[in-house]
Amino acid sequence: MTRTAEVLPPPTTTGALRVVVVGYGMAGARLAEQIRARDPHAHRVHLTVVGAEPHAAYNRVLLSNVLAGTMSEWAVRLHDDGWAADHHVDLRTGLAVTGIDRAARTVGLADGSSVGYDALVLATGSRAWLPPIEGLCTEDGGLQPGVAVFRTLDDCARITAATGIGGRVAVLGGGLLGLEAARGLAGRGRRVTVVHPMGHVMERQLDAGAGRVLAKVLSSHGVEFRLGVGAARHVPGVGLELADGSTVPAELVVVSAGVRAETGLAVAAGLAVDRGIVVDDRLRTSDPNVYAIGDCAQHPGTVSGLVQPAWEQAEVVADLLTEAAPDAGYRGTSVVTRLKARDIDLAALGEVHVDVDAPDAEVLCLQDPARGRYAKLVLREDRVAGAIMLGVPDAAATVTHLYDRGLPAPADRLALLLGGALPAAGGAAASAGDLPASAVICRCNTVSKGRLVSAWREGARTADALATATRATTGCGGCRDAVCGLVDWLSAQESPDQPAPAGGPESPESPGVPAGESDESDESSQQNPVPVLA
Amino acid sequence: MLTVPEPVTRPRRERREAATHCPYCALQCGMVVTGPDARDPDARGSDRADLGSEQVSAVREASVRPREFPTNRGGLCQKGWTSATLLNTPARLTTPLVRRHRDEPLRPASWAQALDLVAERLRGIQAAHGADAVAVFGGGGLTNEKAYLLGKFARVALGTAQIDYNGRFCMSSAAAAGTRAFGLDRGLPFPVTDLDTADAVLLAGANVAETMPPFTQHLRHAADAGGLIVVDPRRTPTAELAALHLRPAPGTDLALALGLLHVAVAEGYLAEDYLAERTTGFTSAWQVAANWWPERTERVTGVAAADQRRAVRLLAEAGSAYLLTGRGTEQHASGADTVSGWINLALALGLPGRVGSGFGCLTGQGNGQGGREHGQKADQLPGYRRIDDPAARAHVSSVWGVPAESLPGPGRSAVELLDALGQPNGPRALLVFGSNVLVSAPHAGRVADRLAALDLLVVADFVLSDTAATADVVLPVTQWAEEDGTLTNLEGRVLLRQRAITPPEGARSDLDVLHGLATRLGQPAERFPTDPETVFTELRRASAGGPADYSGVTYQRLRAGEALHWPVPEADHPGTPRMFLDRFAHADGRARFVAVDHRGPAERPDADYPLLATTGRVLQHYQSGAQTRLVPELVEAAPEAHVEVHPDTAARAGLVDGDLAVVASRRGQTEARVRCVASIRPDVVFLPFHFPAAQRANLLTNPALDPTSRMPEFKVCAVRLTPASAPTVPKGSG
Repeated sequence: MTRTAEVLPPPTTTGALRVVVVGYGMAGARLAEQIRARDPHAHRVHLTVVGAEPHAAYNRVLLSNVLAGTMSEWAVRLHDDGWAADHHVDLRTGLAVTGIDRAARTVGLADGSSVGYDALVLATGSRAWLPPIEGLCTEDGGLQPGVAVFRTLDDCARITAATGIGGRVAVLGGGLLGLEAARGLAGRGRRVTVVHPMGHVMERQLDAGAGRVLAKVLSSHGVEFRLGVGAARHVPGVGLELADGSTVPAELVVVSAGVRAETGLAVAAGLAVDRGIVVDDRLRTSDPNVYAIGDCAQHPGTVSGLVQPAWEQAEVVADLLTEAAPDAGYRGTSVVTRLKARDIDLAALGEVHVDVDAPDAEVLCLQDPARGRYAKLVLREDRVAGAIMLGVPDAAATVTHLYDRGLPAPADRLALLLGGALPAAGGAAASAGDLPASAVICRCNTVSKGRLVSAWREGARTADALATATRATTGCGGCRDAVCGLVDWLSAQESPDQPAPAGGPESPESPGVPAGESDESDESSQQNPVPVLA
Repeated sequence: MLTVPEPVTRPRRERREAATHCPYCALQCGMVVTGPDARDPDARGSDRADLGSEQVSAVREASVRPREFPTNRGGLCQKGWTSATLLNTPARLTTPLVRRHRDEPLRPASWAQALDLVAERLRGIQAAHGADAVAVFGGGGLTNEKAYLLGKFARVALGTAQIDYNGRFCMSSAAAAGTRAFGLDRGLPFPVTDLDTADAVLLAGANVAETMPPFTQHLRHAADAGGLIVVDPRRTPTAELAALHLRPAPGTDLALALGLLHVAVAEGYLAEDYLAERTTGFTSAWQVAANWWPERTERVTGVAAADQRRAVRLLAEAGSAYLLTGRGTEQHASGADTVSGWINLALALGLPGRVGSGFGCLTGQGNGQGGREHGQKADQLPGYRRIDDPAARAHVSSVWGVPAESLPGPGRSAVELLDALGQPNGPRALLVFGSNVLVSAPHAGRVADRLAALDLLVVADFVLSDTAATADVVLPVTQWAEEDGTLTNLEGRVLLRQRAITPPEGARSDLDVLHGLATRLGQPAERFPTDPETVFTELRRASAGGPADYSGVTYQRLRAGEALHWPVPEADHPGTPRMFLDRFAHADGRARFVAVDHRGPAERPDADYPLLATTGRVLQHYQSGAQTRLVPELVEAAPEAHVEVHPDTAARAGLVDGDLAVVASRRGQTEARVRCVASIRPDVVFLPFHFPAAQRANLLTNPALDPTSRMPEFKVCAVRLTPASAPTVPKGSG
């Protein structure tokens, strides 16, 4: 084993496993936290983290908030300056890794030094993919003036600096990230047009109907769309020329056309790489001493570009390297897509491209484009197999929960589909006359309508008299209005042009007070109290 | 609201009426107790419990009526209205009960016989096994005087470290979190009437409409303004009052609190000037909350991101906003961190320590506040001092007239104490005052086993509680209206409960019991006074200079009606209705954010136990029900245990509304009547814990403990639901 002079000795114990993490983004930072949560005093793992960006790690998920101007750069930092020292982490930022020597178990750094490892974890993430469209790239692969991607904190600063309020921005790509950028920029007063070659936005996660409603909702927030037509050429200072010959004027083009795993180091080191670095259920690459997590890794059945898989993978690797759980394994992450855009509530999960007529599934679909709502539910064997929930936020929360936990769907499918958009069970407080006799009017003292009616018949003709006779209203007092309403109703019943007051076998028509009604409330009545504090 | 005239309190010997407070919860509603006609020698023994209190008030028995008091404004719930029934209950114990062996029945004995027996057995056990072989278990319903003297009795007369109390099951998480955030814990650091003008109130895990109904008067303004937010997995009567009901999955409250803090930052509601001037530690707390964006929080909690945003907007845009926690959010194995999560949110919005806004915890038991301040807690000495603080030990030991080094150190917390009973190195004798652990402690089946393993179990109670029924010696004690004593209500106000009636012959006060045992154990008689006011005078000295300083409180000032909220450090000090207005109680005067992260419940649902059970209360019963189950009117309204179930969940289990179900966890099973409730989450069932024997909800609950507060996880455990008629074989139940 080779150890170079640059390697710091483990801070507390010799013999600790030397772990080097390449990448100080969300996956690498999370892994470092998880290792130190399991091994806080660095007894088991001596940890080195190398990050190419000069910044401390930041929360990429929140970049759409930064772009929308609702969060500062400070707020998205994952760690403060003292974090690495406080947690026994040898952190090296602003330093690229130049190569991996798997035979010697060292990584080379851009400053010429190298670091030895017992276990290496690649968390190099992904980079924006630039479609082969004229005018986006310079000859050396850089971005042309007037072109930006949306991946990093620096990208956010570039995008916001490039245009002012009223400035024109074309967003190339109508996927999740592109729409978040578009909404954020529209909210900051930019005139935004999304150019997307497919027939509807977010086509991976949404069916055509949902895509249409979402585009309509975004339009109401000032985002324009050019769908079903690709970009042909970027003309700096003019905008995007589209395949149909039209032009979208734009001072800035934000490219959000997808990402590619950052696999350069792995390829150069001879690791097995497909779309990403191929890993098994223990997140090991083709070299058992080298692991990969997050966007750079390719695990069967895992969608890249989301933070949840990266975090779950970090936990597994931390379990393995610290031996906190030597049998830990990663078996994929169930993905729920949530658009993080102000005033738009969209969740999509599972199988969404199932037609309502599909013979082998139960599919419900409600379209309400005028109010920006679209709810689709795909059920198999009574379980949620897929859903699109747009503009029905509390239903989205419930459906997601059922999906994540594999719970059977409620029998009332419509209530599930619409959630709080349905009127609440029971509706508005019923008037005194409409209530059943067993309804509890005063919860504090368990006084039913029937008992109040009996007391009224026995001579308690005012709310105060009823309070004395039954204790109704003498707890929190919230049923005072209901008791007064009952007095009014009973008085009206008794007036000469009305039938006799409620109750008794001779007046079966009196609502809510069946024949022979007693004072007693039955057990079930306690479930149906009158909402007090109207 | 009814207006009730202020009663005239006559001198003690002649009075037939006393202005006092309800025997139950921490709201301590003002009431008037009218004693039986003193000239009627038979007044006590009459068998009139079948009548309502009004009918008998003029005749022979004690009765109550509400009176104007700031906490209840003349209101009483059904428990309060019927509380006089306890004074007349035929179940009342009036003679000590003793048995030599557990398989014998309890037999009446004289007080001298009973106390001699207990003292002799305690001496023998301590001689053979050491001082810590005797343990003491107190209660949050005991008066300040009793709690104080019980702690002194344990540390001085028994010399044992092994004392804790049932408040560990109620207040410990909120107390731990309050102390680390503010430097000092007082349930509400402001008068409850401050809530009257609030525009927004968030209740986290508090169902006040059932647990302290008259309290809801103080929420009316917020409710009318559309600013009442209730966090509860169930649609409780309290949630029905709310403009916004957030229904997190049980055990995910901390994730929700983190999500709301995230929203507060994302929506620009951070009180930046307040953070800079009055707090420390925001950055580290934020770095955790930064990872809880609303959509992620939604996925863990089930609370819609849009509702999270709405909740924060309501709080942040209100002119006057409060955040209050209850047992629902506190009784978890991560309860202290969960309360810290809510405090972090309150601090981020700039609420605590300002007039017109704030953070508070709603204390549960009648003396849940005072009971945690005066030394019946394993790690405490009177005045809310720490028992491992040398200065505190020196002060208290000087008041007690014993060497500081003679005081034992911290002992086991409640669940750990109960778990150690009869074990090697564990206590072999237990004295219980004011608690019914067989019903109220988690994993109740295990508690029964531990009690059975004791050499000696002594229970002081005024009725034969479930726990008392298993004891070797039962000591019949006086109750609320039969004795004087102070309590400290949910707002930190010290109240005097006044004696209104003569105790039945044969019952003695807990102070008498402690005196009788202490003197038999060789203590000087004057060290254990029996007069409550004398004990209180000593408590004042013991608390002087401590965080909860009562030294300026006197019975005289309380009788005169002064509203004294602690600390009251001088006889002419007006009390402290609002704390932290100028500074928090940490040395630097600042409140501290605590970086806490979500951990989730200690037990997750699986294929064998697919549902989550949560436990709680119904309006008609109080705590273990030992008292309220003796009141016919309350039993009629809530006669037996029930389990709230979503209709779909019931149908899948083959149950319909009204069926008898068995609910089983890994630890045991309980029987309950099915109540189908469409508003409950389908993956959750709810059981009230007030009921005895086979209906005990705590046969199910998980004794997993919070690492900081040692609070057990009452509010979530994995269960399955089956019809009672079907055979059930719970795996690994013990």
